[in-house]
Amino acid sequence: MRALTYHGKHDVRVDTVPDPEIVNPRDAVIEVTATAICGSDLHLYDGVIPGVLSGDILGHEFMGRVVETGPGSTLEKGQRVVVPFTISCGACFHCMKQQFSACDNSNPAEKQDLSEPLYGHAMSGLFGYSHLTGGYPGGQAQYVRVPYSDVGPIVIPDGLPDEEVLFLSDILPTGWMAAENCDITEGDSVAVWGCGPVGLFAVQSALLMGADRVIAIDHHPHRLDLARRLGAQVIDYRRTHVLEALMEMTGGFGPDAVIDAVGMESHGMAPDSALDAVKQQVGIGADRAHALREAIMACRKGGRISMPGVYGGFVDKFPLGALMEKGLQLRTGQTHVQRYSQDLLRRIGEGEIDTTFLISHRLSLEEAPTGYRNFHDNQDEWTKVVLTP
Amino acid sequence: MARRLHRREDGHSVPLLALSAGAVLAAGALLWRSADRGLPGRPDSAPGRTSRRSRYGDYAVSGRTVTVNRPRQELYAFWRDFTNLPQFMHNVTAVESDGEQSVWTLRGPFGRNLSVRTRIVSDRPGEEIAWRSTAESEIETEGKVSFRDAPGDRGTEVEALVAYVPPAGRAGQLVAKMFQREPRIQGRREMKRFKMLMETGEVATSANRKSEDGED
Ligand SMILES: NC(=O)c1ccc[n+]([C@@H]2O[C@H](COP(=O)([O-])OP(=O)(O)OC[C@H]3O[C@@H](n4cnc5c(N)ncnc54)[C@H](O)[C@@H]3O)[C@@H](O)[C@H]2O)c1
Ligand SMILES: [Zn+2]
Ligand SMILES: [Zn+2]
Repeated sequence: MRALTYHGKHDVRVDTVPDPEIVNPRDAVIEVTATAICGSDLHLYDGVIPGVLSGDILGHEFMGRVVETGPGSTLEKGQRVVVPFTISCGACFHCMKQQFSACDNSNPAEKQDLSEPLYGHAMSGLFGYSHLTGGYPGGQAQYVRVPYSDVGPIVIPDGLPDEEVLFLSDILPTGWMAAENCDITEGDSVAVWGCGPVGLFAVQSALLMGADRVIAIDHHPHRLDLARRLGAQVIDYRRTHVLEALMEMTGGFGPDAVIDAVGMESHGMAPDSALDAVKQQVGIGADRAHALREAIMACRKGGRISMPGVYGGFVDKFPLGALMEKGLQLRTGQTHVQRYSQDLLRRIGEGEIDTTFLISHRLSLEEAPTGYRNFHDNQDEWTKVVLTP
Repeated sequence: MARRLHRREDGHSVPLLALSAGAVLAAGALLWRSADRGLPGRPDSAPGRTSRRSRYGDYAVSGRTVTVNRPRQELYAFWRDFTNLPQFMHNVTAVESDGEQSVWTLRGPFGRNLSVRTRIVSDRPGEEIAWRSTAESEIETEGKVSFRDAPGDRGTEVEALVAYVPPAGRAGQLVAKMFQREPRIQGRREMKRFKMLMETGEVATSANRKSEDGED
């Protein structure tokens, strides 16, 4: 089959690789009909996530048609499914608690050797990501082997086109969980750093959850426009002092909740970002956390920080004092996708949530390297790339 | 027993295997205590193998506890049939067992297989199984697995401990090579796979095809 594979920093290629097959009883194999490039893939593309090897098949946002099922699968051939990017067994302590991205069983035992020293525990397996999260071949390919196919995949009713449901695989539930982690109540203002797909879906979700106002921060004019169209007020951090503006725009309170939808490759105009960038370049493992620092400083006393943005290692000059003294709560994590699947599918079906506004470019799988380059270099215009094999 | 271990620490060699079944745990705890002398306060509650200072001398000891979301009796029964062990111990290629005595075939380095003959030395249904190599075995080893109810509805805490004394000579070198591939890592992988198998019915792998083993 054809698949997008990693060959090093800023070097991804479409190669011919062996087709997957059923390996474990609960597996299914799906033929991919649509797959997307995610901001998390850009962290891999930039080579800042440890444990990515040459030849790895990338991609964790995908859907398709079931073509093979193991004896323990509950899927049927021909069904259309969206596959959550978190691989979860459905039977362990964490899955029972719906903490699917903390699944104890989906990360192969021999892949956990590195993550235990790095994080204290191994996390669940993820498709098309790092070998720290299992090294599972990803979805930017013609076919994918899907483990625990009786637990994860969301069966899609006929009549809902691929583009309306594809983002159930990751960014829609990620935006939703980011807003849920804000514990929004009446009168709350929520500030969102980053107007990429995750930030935009967080804006949409926070408004649906009843936030009084949502303020979105970025510097890409088109992305800020999309946020505005969803109903957010916006701050362009190149024009405006973000902290001052947020205080003024929230009556001197600061936002009740803040969302870091930027992650470890934050851009910034302050000296801390320049230092972070140098450290990341020379590979001493410091994540660039400018947006997170700013979010913590902005958050009102006793407020909530929600951090869907991905970090892989360590952060310097983390304003721990501000976090403690202001009594803030921090919630984060890879999304527990399966927790939200049915609810969000229903909302899409009922027309309450539209996700298609995000898609800026449709390419073939063969053109995936072009998609990566542009999603990386022309972020303003390239808001989301959908690939079809 | 404590005296013998203290003697060992003083430089005399008392093989672990001379101790009774269940001694693995006890030995750990005792070593801990002796190695810890001089520190103020009473010994803490942690198992001996987590001590900063204990040394097991010549023997390699690996141990790991996992909580498995299944009833005690079921886990015990699966383990008690030693022919099941290769399903989660990937360096054990096969086990033949008559219930009391078992012959384990271990994957050695350079494609050489080793065999170990063990007999059951303790069997408390639903609680504990311990085994020890017999006199004619190529490797001296003993192991023990215990099962106890986990708090709340979390299932069963399963603790496995394996100790071995690498023998002298060629076989010894092979064994050393084999187990020096980080016995702790080996033990941890095995217990994680045991948990996977019991909770999900399969062992997770990222292999895309049956012919790949997915391990690197
Ligand atoms: N938690 C999860 O499960 C999960 C799932 C998907 C994505 N993510 C993560 O969410 C983050 C965002 O993903 P995305 O797909 O939206 O990525 P993206 O790269 O498309 O968007 C990031 C946006 O942040 C903006 N930005 C950069 N620095 C900023 C700053 N200092 N202040 C304000 N905005 C700034 C960029 O201009 C860009 O528009 C990434 O870290 C990604 O890995 C997490
Ligand atoms: Zn993603
Ligand atoms: Zn699980």
